[in-house]
Amino acid sequence: MTPLFSVEGLAGVVFFGFILLIIGGALVATHAANLIRAVTGLAVAFIGVAGIYYFLNSPFLALMQILIYAGAICVALVFAVMLAEPMAVKKFQRRHPLAGPGAFAAAGLLAWGLAALAYKTTWPAAPTRVNAGELEEVGRAMMTTFVVSFELISLVLLVAIIGSLVLARNGRSRK
Amino acid sequence: MEIPVIYNSLHTYLLIAALLFGFGIYGILKHRSLIGILISAELVLCAASVNFMAFNRFLAPDPVVGQVFALFIIGLAAAEAAIILSIIIAVYRNYKSIDPEEPAELAG
Repeated sequence: MTPLFSVEGLAGVVFFGFILLIIGGALVATHAANLIRAVTGLAVAFIGVAGIYYFLNSPFLALMQILIYAGAICVALVFAVMLAEPMAVKKFQRRHPLAGPGAFAAAGLLAWGLAALAYKTTWPAAPTRVNAGELEEVGRAMMTTFVVSFELISLVLLVAIIGSLVLARNGRSRK
Repeated sequence: MEIPVIYNSLHTYLLIAALLFGFGIYGILKHRSLIGILISAELVLCAASVNFMAFNRFLAPDPVVGQVFALFIIGLAAAEAAIILSIIIAVYRNYKSIDPEEPAELAG
């Protein structure tokens, strides 16, 4: 415990705020019937996760999270919702009565198992760091140690762009 | 007023990741549209990346590796989202629906 009005205390308040953002956003993303609302909840949860990254000593990852996840992916999702969701949305009827409680039980069991695993395991003590994990070192490692994976990621992105263009183009000529 | 300092322990971050994972699995099982399932799958990917970053911060000798890995996860998630969205749009053109039970022609 630490006094509220100190640097650590206020940082703890901000941390609680980010956790609330994550939980609230994930609740909206999983429970909203309207898909646009679900995408908005997803964006809120992503911003919370970006704050978590900031607390984990990686402001660069936090920036990338906001830029790519909360920016690009959510905008792409909104476009897909507008293109693919019929305006007079027909309610999805065939719904098993046990679907909701069953999903909750399965997800709760998995999350509880993971959390119990995290608490039961005795994690080895933190070793001494070889560097501080600054952005400069991240860039250098990406261009030297991980350069093959880096090039492969760009190849995968190229394949994804061309593949999604081909997939979305198919069937347009049919109508 | 006092407040517990919880942002300096590995367990907190692992708990957050487990929570995100649980929400993602729950959404995948519960959502009744393909886009909703994709939204929940993004939550699961985010949980994995939070786990990597937590281990990177507290247990790894080289704090660069986890950040690079999380960046790769973000890139792969972007590619995956693009492909799945175009598949969903193609399915919608053919079946006029994004209900995951409509495209069942291959089912025996």
